[in-house]
Parts: sequence; C-alpha cells; structure tokens
Amino acid sequence: MTDRKDNAKLKGIRHRSIERVLIIISTIFAAVMLVLPLGYVIVQSFSKGAAFYLSAITTENVISALQLSLFAAGIALLVNTFFGIMAGILLTRYSFRGKQVLGALIDIPFSVSPVIAGLSYIMLFGRTGWLSPVVDDLNSLTGLGVKIVFALPGVVLATIFVTFPFISREIIPVLNAAGTDEEEAAGLMGAGAFTVFRRITLPHMKWALLYGMILCTARALGEFGAVNALSRTRGETFTLPLEVDALYLSGSADSIVAAFAVSSILVLMAMLLLVLKTFTEYHMNKTGRS
Amino acid sequence: MFVELQDINKSFGNVKASQGVSFGIEKGKLSALLGPSGSGKTTVLRMIAGLETADEGEIRIDGKRVNELEPRERGIGFVFQNYALFRYMNVYENIAFGLKVQKMSREEVKNRVEELLSLVELKGLEKRFPNELSGGQRQRVAFARALAPEPSVLLLDEPFAAIDAKVRGELRRWLRDMIHRVGITSIFVTHDQDEAVEVADGIIVMDKGRIEQTGTPGEIYRTPKTAFVAGFIGEPVIIKDFGRLKGFSAEGYDHAVIRPEFVEAFKSDNAHFKKILPFAEKGVIKDIVFRGNTYAVKLDVGGMELVCHRSLERRPIEIGEQMNVIVYRLFAVKGNDIELMKNGNLGDDSSDQLEKYLYGDSGYFVG
Amino acid sequence: MLSVLILIPLASVLLKGFTLSPQRFFEIITEKNVICAFLTSIGCAFLAAFINCVFGLILAWTLVRCDFFYKPFLDGLIELPFALPTAVAGITLSKMYSDTGFPGKYLSAIGIDISYTHAGIVLAMVFVGIPFVVRTIEPVLRKLDPQYEEAAHIMGAGSIYTFGRVVLPELGPALLTGFGLAFARGIGEYGSVIYISGNSAKAHTQVVSYVIMQKLNYMDYEGAAAIALVMLVISFLILLGINLVQIRQSRRVNDI
Repeated sequence: MTDRKDNAKLKGIRHRSIERVLIIISTIFAAVMLVLPLGYVIVQSFSKGAAFYLSAITTENVISALQLSLFAAGIALLVNTFFGIMAGILLTRYSFRGKQVLGALIDIPFSVSPVIAGLSYIMLFGRTGWLSPVVDDLNSLTGLGVKIVFALPGVVLATIFVTFPFISREIIPVLNAAGTDEEEAAGLMGAGAFTVFRRITLPHMKWALLYGMILCTARALGEFGAVNALSRTRGETFTLPLEVDALYLSGSADSIVAAFAVSSILVLMAMLLLVLKTFTEYHMNKTGRS
Repeated sequence: MFVELQDINKSFGNVKASQGVSFGIEKGKLSALLGPSGSGKTTVLRMIAGLETADEGEIRIDGKRVNELEPRERGIGFVFQNYALFRYMNVYENIAFGLKVQKMSREEVKNRVEELLSLVELKGLEKRFPNELSGGQRQRVAFARALAPEPSVLLLDEPFAAIDAKVRGELRRWLRDMIHRVGITSIFVTHDQDEAVEVADGIIVMDKGRIEQTGTPGEIYRTPKTAFVAGFIGEPVIIKDFGRLKGFSAEGYDHAVIRPEFVEAFKSDNAHFKKILPFAEKGVIKDIVFRGNTYAVKLDVGGMELVCHRSLERRPIEIGEQMNVIVYRLFAVKGNDIELMKNGNLGDDSSDQLEKYLYGDSGYFVG
Repeated sequence: MLSVLILIPLASVLLKGFTLSPQRFFEIITEKNVICAFLTSIGCAFLAAFINCVFGLILAWTLVRCDFFYKPFLDGLIELPFALPTAVAGITLSKMYSDTGFPGKYLSAIGIDISYTHAGIVLAMVFVGIPFVVRTIEPVLRKLDPQYEEAAHIMGAGSIYTFGRVVLPELGPALLTGFGLAFARGIGEYGSVIYISGNSAKAHTQVVSYVIMQKLNYMDYEGAAAIALVMLVISFLILLGINLVQIRQSRRVNDI
C-alpha cells in the first residue's frame, strides 16, 4: 500500500513538473521576446544621459511629429468608432444580400500589407492616380490647394485604413451574443430607435467598444508602413514612427540614441494603452460576456 | 459489498462537499445517488472514479482499496453528464478509444466494438459523428464507450439531463434493462426523484454533503427517516401550525410534512359522510390543476394551504367551492427527526376507516 | 464608407495591375529580386507562424490552465506587439541582435548572426505574430470542457496520448486560424522587419513590402502595383482559407 501511495505521489509530481516546465518556457519566451526589447528601448534612450534624452525628444521635428501622430490617431478613432458601430449593427441586426461578403471585406485591412494600403492611395490620388483629375477640378473650383498624397490628408486616410476593422471586430461578437430580445422588448414598449440604442445596445457593447477603441488608438499611433508610403516631408507630414525611422537611418551614433529616445515616448503610450486594455478586459469579464 | 465507501470527507476550500459519507453497493445492483444540486452527489461519484481525491476515508472496489489508484487503474466506466463524446471522432473511434489505449490488436478492437454496437442497437451508425446523432443515440454511444474496456463498475453522472423530456421515460427503461442485462454494478447521479425511483434498485439520498438515507425506492418513499427526506421525496407540503388540524397535536414538534395522498376532500351533501363530518375541516378550493390522470387540488384550510389529488371519476368541483377536508396522516418533524403521526379521530387503521367512510360499502366513489 | 476608404483604393491597385500587358506584368513579377522577395517573405512568415503556433499554444495553455503569481502580468504582455509601433519594434530588435547589441554581442561571438539574416526576419515576424495565435487559442482552450480529458483519462489514456488525440483536435481549427492570421501578418509585415532584415538583394533578405516601397520611392508605380496585386491575391487566399476553416469548425462543433 505504501508502494501505491508513492506511486500516486510520483504521478502527481510528474503532472506538476510538466506544468512547471510550461510556465518556465512561457516565462522565458515572454522575457526574451517581449520584456527584453522593452527594457532595451529604455536603456538605449538614456545611454547618453538624461540631458541628451530631453533635448532629443524636444526637437522641432519630434514635436511636430507628435502633434501629427495624435491628430491622425484622433481622427482615425472618431471616424472608425462611428463606422465601426454602424458596421457592427448592420452586420448583427439586419439581414441583406452580401452580408457575409461585407463581413469579410471589413477585415481586409488586417490581412493586407500596410505598404499596399499606402500604395493604393497613391494609385488613387497621386499625380497619375484615377481620382487626381477630380481632386484638381475641385481645387480649381474652390481655389484651394488641397493635396492628399504626401500631405496630411493622406496620412490621416492611411491611418483610418489600417485601423478600420478593430472596433467592428470587437463589438460584433458581443452584439451577437447579446441577441435582439431586449431591444425588441424595448421597441414593443414604445422606445424609439435611438432610445433603444442608447439604453439597451450601447450598455451591452460598452466595454467591447472601449476595448476596440483602445486597440484602434494603439495601432493608429504605431502605424508605419502605410504612412511611410504616403509621407515625404520631415517636420511636416512625419508621424512619430516616421521620425524614429528617419533618426535611426541617418546612422550617426547620436541619432540612433535619439531614435530610441523618441521610441520611448511611443513605448510609454503603448504601455499606457496596455494598462487601459487590461482594465477594460477586467470589466468585460466581470459583466460576463453573456 | 462490491463498492464500499467509508467515512469519506472532502472539502473544496471552505465548502464541505462530503462529510462522513459511508455506503456500500452490492455486486450487480443499480443504485442512484439522489439529492438537490449542491448536495455533493457528483463529488462522491467523481471520488469513486478517481477524478477527485478524498481528503479522508477509504474507497474500496471489490474489497481492494483504490484511493491511491489512478482513474484508469480502477476498472471504471464513466458516462459524463453531456456524454463528452469526442467530437472529432466518429462513433466507431469513440467506442474503440479505450480499447486502442490498451494496445489491443486491431482485430480484437473491431470485434469488441461490433459486439457493443449490436448491444446498444447502433449498428450501421459507425461512421457518424456525434453531432449527427440524436440525444438518445449519443447516450447509447457514451454507454457503449464506457463499457468497452469491460469495467467492473459503471458510473453515470446525470445520464438523462441532456435528453428531451419526451423520450426520457423510454430511455430510462432502456438503460435500466441494459444495465441489468450486462449485469454490471452501476451508480448514477440524479436530482430527479422520479428517475431514481423508476430506474434504481437502491437509492442513496444526499444533502449538504451528508447521506440522509439509503434503501430501496419503496422504503425511501414510504418511510423517510429524516426531515430532509420527508421534505424532498413525493410532493410534500410543509405546514407549521398543524396542531390546528383536528385529530393532531403539534406539541413538541417544529412542523409537519403532508403529502397529497394523506389528504382527502369531499362534498358534504351526502348521507354517507355524516359520521365523519365532525372530524373534517372546512376548506375552500383555491386552484385546480389538471394532471392528465388526476386533478391536483389546492385547498385553503383556515389559512393553511394543503394539496390533495382527486380522481377524474369523482363529482366535478370548481374553484371557490367549500369542501370538507380530512388529513389522515402526516410526518411530524422535530429537528432532523420525523415521526409518522396518524389522525387520532380515525382510530388505528385510519386509512381503512376513511376508505369505508368515503366509498361506502359499494366501493363506489360518492364524494 | 467602406468602399470609399478601402475598396476603391484597393481596386485602383488591381486596375493598375491589370492595365499592364501580361508580358510586362510577368516581366516585373519574375524579376530575380522580386521572386526572391516573395520566397523570403512567404518562407519566413511560414516558419514564424509555425514557431508562433508552438509557443502560442504553450503560452495559451499556461495562461488558461496554470496558476502563478505573475500571470496577470504575462497576460497583459501578450498584446505588447499589438500596441508597440512596428518601427520601434524593428529598430529595437535590429539593434539588440546586431553584433553590438545585448544578446547579439554574445550570440555573434559564438557564431550566430541574427540581425541582417533570415533568422532576423523570422524573429521579427514571430514578435508581431505571437498575439494572434495566443488570442485565438485562449478562448477555445478556456471553453474546452475538462470532461473530454477526464473521459480519455478514465479509459486509460496517458497525458500525452490524451493531448494528441483529444485536446489537439479540439484546438485544431483555432490553431489553424491563428496560424493563418500570423502568416498573413508576417507576409505583409513592413515596419518591424525592414531594419533587422538588412534588405540585401544579394543575401535574399529583402521582403516583398520592402520591394514595393523601394519601387514607390523610385516612382515605379507600375512595378509596385504588379507586385501588390500578387500579394493581394495571396492575402485573399489566406483570408479565404481562414474563413473556410471557421465555417467548418462551427458546423462540426454545433450544439454539442
């Protein structure tokens, strides 16, 4: 009988040791692949002292890039929140032909290279683009000199493109799971469409919407490929990631450290968004994704 | 005793799932673990299977202590509540799973699976996947799969919970007959007393991690031993102030449990009832529920709510009508002890007496 | 709105691609460095997606099944590659694994070069792809009824056999979806890859996105559109594959 006991104990130990090995592998992976780079950015950005760091992140180019990044992310967030909610409701509350196609189309920016996104706007609005005559006509009509490609609107458009699916993708499952019972009940009791949305639908998807908005913001702030294709002028149409790129590629030891210093701003914003995201997730779990 | 549990204790954190659980099951018998949800019955089943370990006490199968054995070494078949059929394997592969693990030859596996398929009458469905089967067919596959490695004990966790009410009755009889045919010692968990009474040879009633009573279905139903069992089995109505009923004294008791079959209600305009009218209460019909073969009649007797059954053959009644009500037996409860108390006015053989009064000498319904 | 923002621009790429004569189109996409870029992108993305499936499965498993005090921290970290700008990830990884960076210094001392080689590209793609795999497997694993494993266990199957025959098939579709997402992301990846890859035509470390960008910089819109067209077709096929898997999954798993 003692034999058996030992045997059982051994088996228990084996299970626990498998578990321990898995935890160790996970930890090492996360440490090497995720934590190490993060720490590396911080260490590098201060490698020439705090004074250098401060001066590196307060150059005119950096300030302008920061402003543009925040501006583009803000616009993208507004536009995508609005259309994300529209698309979410359309895809879960109405049935129409081609609904599944629409659902798949919304996800396109996920699987298309951001460089291609940038390219496609050049094809459309660039000097030889299909819509450039239209833009020119509008400009001569209104007397404005609006440029899209290699200018601010292009940067904003590209940011909207790459972050388009984030919000609808988060709220669609929640809206599906919530079902239409409560909305129908409210409708039968005489609530108007907007009241139903505000009192029933919105509370249901509140946290998912916030979660999507956080992801959208993070991606918008960090977008590089698409914006890179559409932006040429440093200090004017450069976002923070482009500024990082420019500093890094100019190659001198100082500018590389400056690149990391500017990166640290982006890292800080990313970490902030991650904390917000964790907080949102906690609430999503608490309200039960019922 | 083929399966034996002795003083089993088990806690999950602060929750005591089992407290001093002891019982034994004879070889070849089909027993039910009956109790409300949270009574610890599933935990007991899982401890026998080895899916949970008991904190204290001993579990023996065929005289051998199995506490330290892995589930697979205990010789147990288990039918899960939702059957847990492997979704990515067809019927054949599901049943063969436990055999392949034993490194049986392909030929042996095939023979055994075919034998089981014909036993559960599922021949021809080998290639189907679980989602292509009806609830009853899934249950049969789960049953066959559990039996495949020839276990000595079969454990079933709420085997009818996932089945439509409509076919449940049929499946109950099927499973009972099948288990008796195979002759395997079986234990199943259920919260449904009808299921336990209809299917099992013996019933173990549990509440709050303790065993309340063990016995045959008849014993459990007719002579509940504890307040919990009296209040759980049948269609009990709890009456606090039962001393107000004629023929009973509530002194020293907490409350009474009264079942519908303990209550008789009749109209008063019949000469037959003259003799017992003085012993009857006045009651008003509150509600009448049609049950198919009987009516369940809810009566208000001086503020107490009693229920009785009434044959469809008797005279029609309606809500609001005055009735004469006699309670001829009840379970008087004191703490966790109970006592069968007879109506003092009706003499010793109260039910005989009542029958004579109600039906007269002709034996024909008159009330 | 969807059409204005996404479809029309993409259609213009397709149109541009199709206005080329078939010969010119083939000339462009069969240029040696273009073919090499495609092979590099697809090969590295495939390898990275595979590595991500292995580690993603382990990470998802520990997050769902194990308990340890820094689990919430680890859980939060998974999304880091989502939140971190790709350019930042790119320069950081590139510097770290170059022969002057922290682990790179020691790795190159023992003869392992990561930056400016295919290994570097794979590394960057693993970095950006890991959240996709973890986050697709995790919910499925969390919902997986332990009864399946218990059933296998009672019938005498060991842990490894149970994992292979019972758990893995249940996770299969999610694993494949995660693979597809990480693969698609890897093929299209630009920011995090271009610094560490070195972009040498000779060493075949140019990725497709880089080649497109290069052509854009030289105002070679024809060439860019032609390559983009091929890439769009590839991403479309991956997307289609993922959707087919999901449809099959929901059909099989229905209501049991």
